[in-house]
Amino acid sequence: MYNAKAVITGIIVFTVLCTAPFWVGLAGKDYKSTGIVLPKDEKKCIESVEFMRKDHMRLLNEWRDEALRGENRVYTAEDGKKWSISLQNTCLKCHSNYKEFCDKCHTANSVYPYCWTCHILPGESK
Amino acid sequence: MNKSRRSFLKVAGFSVFALSSGIVAQAAVPGTANAKLAPGSYAKGDAALRARRWAMVIDTRKFAGPRDYEPLMEACRQEHNVPSIPDARNIKWFWLDSYEHTFPDDMNAHLDTKTREAAYPLLCNHCSNPPCVRVCPTQATYKMEDGIVAMDYHRCIGCRFCMAGCPYGARSFNFKDPRGFLPNPVPNPSFPTRMIGVVEKCTFCAERLAMGKMPACVEASEGRILFGDLEDADSKVRRALAANFSIRRKPSLGTQPGVYYLI
Repeated sequence: MYNAKAVITGIIVFTVLCTAPFWVGLAGKDYKSTGIVLPKDEKKCIESVEFMRKDHMRLLNEWRDEALRGENRVYTAEDGKKWSISLQNTCLKCHSNYKEFCDKCHTANSVYPYCWTCHILPGESK
Repeated sequence: MNKSRRSFLKVAGFSVFALSSGIVAQAAVPGTANAKLAPGSYAKGDAALRARRWAMVIDTRKFAGPRDYEPLMEACRQEHNVPSIPDARNIKWFWLDSYEHTFPDDMNAHLDTKTREAAYPLLCNHCSNPPCVRVCPTQATYKMEDGIVAMDYHRCIGCRFCMAGCPYGARSFNFKDPRGFLPNPVPNPSFPTRMIGVVEKCTFCAERLAMGKMPACVEASEGRILFGDLEDADSKVRRALAANFSIRRKPSLGTQPGVYYLI
């Protein structure tokens, strides 16, 4: 091989650079919670924590379509409890602290939903 | 490498079979992408008012002048956080206009003064054949089972085809952020506002009907506007239509409006 030294060094440097995020991640700090503040009065959301954590955005989409297009405005949860389908009047009743609940995770994950250009946050309408 | 025609056809045949069987297997389970996500179930509320075709009958004879409509318009604005913008960019859900603008099909040159000079209340007609629904490229506006032509603002891209399609001018575009024209806090904090760049219109108060309440303008009219099921021969609207002469806006267009006027 011509220039074996330079080529092999080059390959090693390239590999290390490409995989650097993984090494830094392994060596770095542990997973840090976003510091989300759960509602105080209510212990259980409409469905399980795992479901809500993973699928709340898809559930909101499904709620929207059912309520607006099918006029089905009552959701019966798996545990039999009935909920009125409304982001503003049902979800935000418990999750009233937008900055400490929604924003914490959304910002950490670089997600910027624009719900509040129309829907009204409790305590502030602008 | 020299392949015989025979071996080539064999490989080609197997490939076609393998590919097509994959397509068939996918087609065999239709709608998986649209499968319900939530473990619970959806239903209409117990108190919800139901109809096969909602319709409105406005008894214009019982309104003395434009002033009489003011509480109705105000009720609508309060209920849905509709801003009042004092120029051509105003948002119209429930508004007034002259006879010749309301009923341009009526060619009579000489009308009685009272009919000609009165103000007429206008709102979305919730047509049976809504042109706005046909032209909407994103299905942001659609007709529901009960005849209400509704809007999903989440999907509206603000192309304004529906405004061009609507022969009644019942749709308004948000040229500006409507919250700038609303008090803070908004009049009805349990109902959303709209945002800049979407089209909006009257919804026949679908969200109130779902709670068992009559539309805001009907409630504020103190019996001068009737609201009910057009398919039910015994409903208030059908009885009013059977007993009185009524007209609709631009009937020749064939849109079949759901708003009737007693003149």
